[in-house]
Amino acid sequence: MDWRIAQTPGKRSIVLLKIALFACCLIPLLRLAWGAWNDTLGANPIEFITRSLGSWALNFLLITLSVTPLRKFTGWHWLMQLRRMLGLYAFFYATLHLSTYLWLDKFFDWQEIAKDILKRPFITIGMSAFALLLPLALTSPQAMVRRLGGKRWQRLHRLIYVIAICAVVHYWWLVKLDVSLPAIYSVLLCLLLGIRLLWADPERRGAVSGNLKPAQE
Amino acid sequence: MLPTFSRRPTDIAPSEITPRDVFERRRDFLGAAAGVALGTALSPLSAAFASEKPLAGIKSPLSTPEKLTHLKDVTSYNNFYEFGTDKADPALHAHTLKTRPWTLSIEGLVKQPKTFAIDDIFKLAPLEERIYRLRCVEGWSMVIPWLGLPLATLLKSVEPLGSAKYVEFISAADPKTMPGVNRSVIDWPYLEGLRLDEAMHPLTLLSLGLYGEVLPNQNGAPLRLVVPWKYGFKSGKSLVKIRLVEKQPQTAWMKANPREYGFYSNVNPEVEHPRWSQATERRIGEFLKRKTLPFNGYADQVAQLYAGMDLKINF
Repeated sequence: MDWRIAQTPGKRSIVLLKIALFACCLIPLLRLAWGAWNDTLGANPIEFITRSLGSWALNFLLITLSVTPLRKFTGWHWLMQLRRMLGLYAFFYATLHLSTYLWLDKFFDWQEIAKDILKRPFITIGMSAFALLLPLALTSPQAMVRRLGGKRWQRLHRLIYVIAICAVVHYWWLVKLDVSLPAIYSVLLCLLLGIRLLWADPERRGAVSGNLKPAQE
Repeated sequence: MLPTFSRRPTDIAPSEITPRDVFERRRDFLGAAAGVALGTALSPLSAAFASEKPLAGIKSPLSTPEKLTHLKDVTSYNNFYEFGTDKADPALHAHTLKTRPWTLSIEGLVKQPKTFAIDDIFKLAPLEERIYRLRCVEGWSMVIPWLGLPLATLLKSVEPLGSAKYVEFISAADPKTMPGVNRSVIDWPYLEGLRLDEAMHPLTLLSLGLYGEVLPNQNGAPLRLVVPWKYGFKSGKSLVKIRLVEKQPQTAWMKANPREYGFYSNVNPEVEHPRWSQATERRIGEFLKRKTLPFNGYADQVAQLYAGMDLKINF
């Protein structure tokens, strides 16, 4: 097939690709900055910024989750080299999203924030998603992969499935009435997770649970 | 042919154009008009204007002296699900709403059930300008110069019977002109309700305009309710029917989510929405949040309506 020609770009091309992707991933943030500067974010710019950052955190989670299926469909194994950056962008937008809540919504009123986390399920689950995302971001450098060992690292990073589910539920629970957007995200996430279930061959699954045993002992 | 996005000059009748100096002096004009039954004097004109129809009202002592929210924000950030659930939707889609001809019927437990043509409502009483705070249940607020008349004026004209205890407000739900009605996010038509004494309270306004103009479509044209001590959703928009009843009516939000939205829905910083706190609010246009006031700052006028009631149960 024709597109297989693009299968293995050289090192130089990968670097260029990464630079281009890095810049592209900043567009949502630049758009917000531009809008804030020109006052085009509507009557409630803080709400707009908070929501937009949250949406992009979720978008990047789903984009990160689509790398593996895309690789399998196309045979473009080099896509894996972009995955770390996409995952880190999910973390980046999630951090900004959380910051707008802590700063612009609560103005660092820690007592109120603690109350929110304990009392409001959509905040509890959003915070959980962020808390789970943190170790993934911290163990993203190559050195950490080596230190943890590939298998353990991979097992830890499967947390992204839980994180994505928490993020979609967080969105679903905060909507006042019209859940059509969270529903679309749910469908996409189900597809991305479902496809993995289909692909997981029983042998490998056995190997994974076999590996888990010594750790539990 | 070039597409034209704005109206060509020839489309605008000379009678539609308010001379700029008059427009800019309209505040003084409003002040000077105090005591004059201006609503009556202007109403034949108001029907003739196609858009941005000027409307005047007598200044009211019930107005707040707070800084007004920009007109642009008042008319572009709306919850009006009949035109979509995004707050930008109504400004984008409400142009399809036809506000003439329009009738409002008042029925139920009244001596004289009546159907009013919209222009007759303009003539019912001199219009007043009421600058009210508006607090949305979502945690934001505005200050809006409404134009209208006390709802009590309208209700008295149909003579409520002694058995009438509640008032039900029914909004228009026309799938042809209101695209949001085609989606079943809410059990259409939008229903709201008040206790009769709340409906008769002098603060309760039947609004026909804002900012010196006839109501823009996205704000609930041609007539809507404004109940400033309750969360915004209690103030039904584009009303077509008012019914006086004996039993507490069901409202659209109570049907949608009874755990989160009660019949009273008085602004109360101490009674939180199950999913968020109501202790603070962001005034549109401001950076820091404000503390939300009991009854949205109208406690002096309305708290006695709820004497002896547990407002946590009657939320």
